[in-house]
Amino acid sequence: MIVQRYLVKRLLTTLPLLVGISLLTFFIMQITPGNPMQTMIDPRISTAELARAQERMGLNDPVIVQYFRWLGQIVQGNLGFTIKTGQSVAGMILERLPATLLLTVTAFLLSFIIGVPLGVYSATNKYTKRDYGLTVFSFIGISVPSFFFGIALIYLFAVKLNWFPTSGLATINLQGSSWAIFLDKLKHLVLPALVLALPNLAVIMRFTRSSMIEVLTHDYIRTAKAKGLGGSMVKYKHALRNAIIPVITLFGISIPTLFGGAYITETIFNWPGMGSLGIQAITAREYPIIMGLNLFTSMLVLLGNLTADVLYAVADPKIRLSK
Amino acid sequence: MAIVQDSSVPKLGKRKSGAGSQTWRRYRKNKLAVFGLGFIGLLLLVSIFAPWLAPHNPFQSIKNAAGGLDIMAKPDSTYWLGTDSLGRDILSRLLYAGRVSLSVGIVSVTISTVLGILLGAVAGYYGKWADSIIMRVVDVVYCFPVMFLIITVSTLLKPSIYNVMIIIGLVSWTSTARLVRGEILRVRELEYVQASKALGVSDFSIILQHILPNIMAPILVQATLMTADAILTEAALSFLGVGVQQPTPSWGNMLNEAMSILVLRFKYWIWLYPGLAILLTVLSINFIGDGLRDALDPKLKGRK
Repeated sequence: MIVQRYLVKRLLTTLPLLVGISLLTFFIMQITPGNPMQTMIDPRISTAELARAQERMGLNDPVIVQYFRWLGQIVQGNLGFTIKTGQSVAGMILERLPATLLLTVTAFLLSFIIGVPLGVYSATNKYTKRDYGLTVFSFIGISVPSFFFGIALIYLFAVKLNWFPTSGLATINLQGSSWAIFLDKLKHLVLPALVLALPNLAVIMRFTRSSMIEVLTHDYIRTAKAKGLGGSMVKYKHALRNAIIPVITLFGISIPTLFGGAYITETIFNWPGMGSLGIQAITAREYPIIMGLNLFTSMLVLLGNLTADVLYAVADPKIRLSK
Repeated sequence: MAIVQDSSVPKLGKRKSGAGSQTWRRYRKNKLAVFGLGFIGLLLLVSIFAPWLAPHNPFQSIKNAAGGLDIMAKPDSTYWLGTDSLGRDILSRLLYAGRVSLSVGIVSVTISTVLGILLGAVAGYYGKWADSIIMRVVDVVYCFPVMFLIITVSTLLKPSIYNVMIIIGLVSWTSTARLVRGEILRVRELEYVQASKALGVSDFSIILQHILPNIMAPILVQATLMTADAILTEAALSFLGVGVQQPTPSWGNMLNEAMSILVLRFKYWIWLYPGLAILLTVLSINFIGDGLRDALDPKLKGRK
């Protein structure tokens, strides 16, 4: 009941954000060459038809009217057409979506699966040499440019050691059992997923460490120890349960970082996802694709934030009661 | 008002000088932070004196005695770190690129910090609709993958070092604004601010003279960490070819050469050194930020 009320409230605060995102996108499109509405017209039609279409679409109307009409098209799933080939932008994005999701979701899972245990280990061994080493590692993780890390990994593991392929989603025309094909895909995924996960992993590790250290100072932990519970029982059952809750907030923060990072990671590894589509669009000055991607990814981020907040509210009753 | 100032000024001054040396003592304990400060100090010196230190012209290919170009030469006694695919000296380019990275970091963070303080202060101090509007804008910017927003805008404008500085500055004020707003909300209701208000001090001087000095520590830490991010962003933009343009060297555009498999495979010196330069610089600044946080606010120690 309370969770539902919270959900409704949270959805209502999302609405102005949606409006803001669409306004910002429309504004940027206004300053790009070509009119936002113009990109909605399929460019393969003849000039006479084009003139009629422009009239029908009201390109001479006030900007505010154009905005609402543009919004209407967006809501119907029309993100416009590309300038040169006249392909549907929405179609192109959807075609690239699975590859990007595969990469970002893997990186997302990797960063939590590795980051949380390392953070807990660091916290339970705080101020030791190992904690110090992990801290330096996490600093390197947030400081290394993803393109340099990616290039270094390709050089080491693909060129020198030949353990993984240098780029791509899978070996082209690979014949073999479905197991061999799966293994081949997995091999292609390892390096880019690691590159994308590293900065996120480092942040999660540090966050988990500080959250865990804080929880371990609480009175109830001392009480649990005082009544004779074993160290690991207290650490992993009592403390970790509470320390993990704030880590959920990182779900939301991770999403824009991962999608943003995908642009560079996908470019380095020739990964055929939305990121490399974006970079290609930038090189070709295909503004409809660029803006379509902007709009699409920010919606995904919004959805991710919403999910993270709801999860957080479910996990921590204090949140939904206080708001 | 005169009474308030008379009694507070000398006390504050005394406390400050003591706090300064205490801060330094705490900072010195953090070995990584000291390393960071040392490295950035060295980098600053090297960047300032780059024209005197660089052994060759960083912008032009060098003709050797035979009249040809030493393209992709291995590191040797003439070219300590080798030459790139156009036959330019890597060491000289590295030194000049340091200037680019540091100036992009400093200028863009100055822009974003000033903007962040201004908007955060307005949102936090006045509240109501000003707060709602500014914070909604912050939320919207948070939803966009900032990297892509920057790439988009820098392609729209002509890519150049100045545009890179301005764009990074204009899109990264949001975290400072959030921080300042939060701090002002906390400080606003404190007695000394209420007292100044009752005495008729203008809002502007309350914010500038009474509130800001008290929240400078977290802002400074934030600005330091943002400098690291700005340098990383510039490097990424230049790597992708939408940032600093050739022939001006930037660590990012130097690394771009590694996109060629030939360079990646056989000419490691072309991409390894600029990559290490970015890593060490950003790492050092992050170390400094961490050290500053512990030194300026001992209460946070161990909780970070």
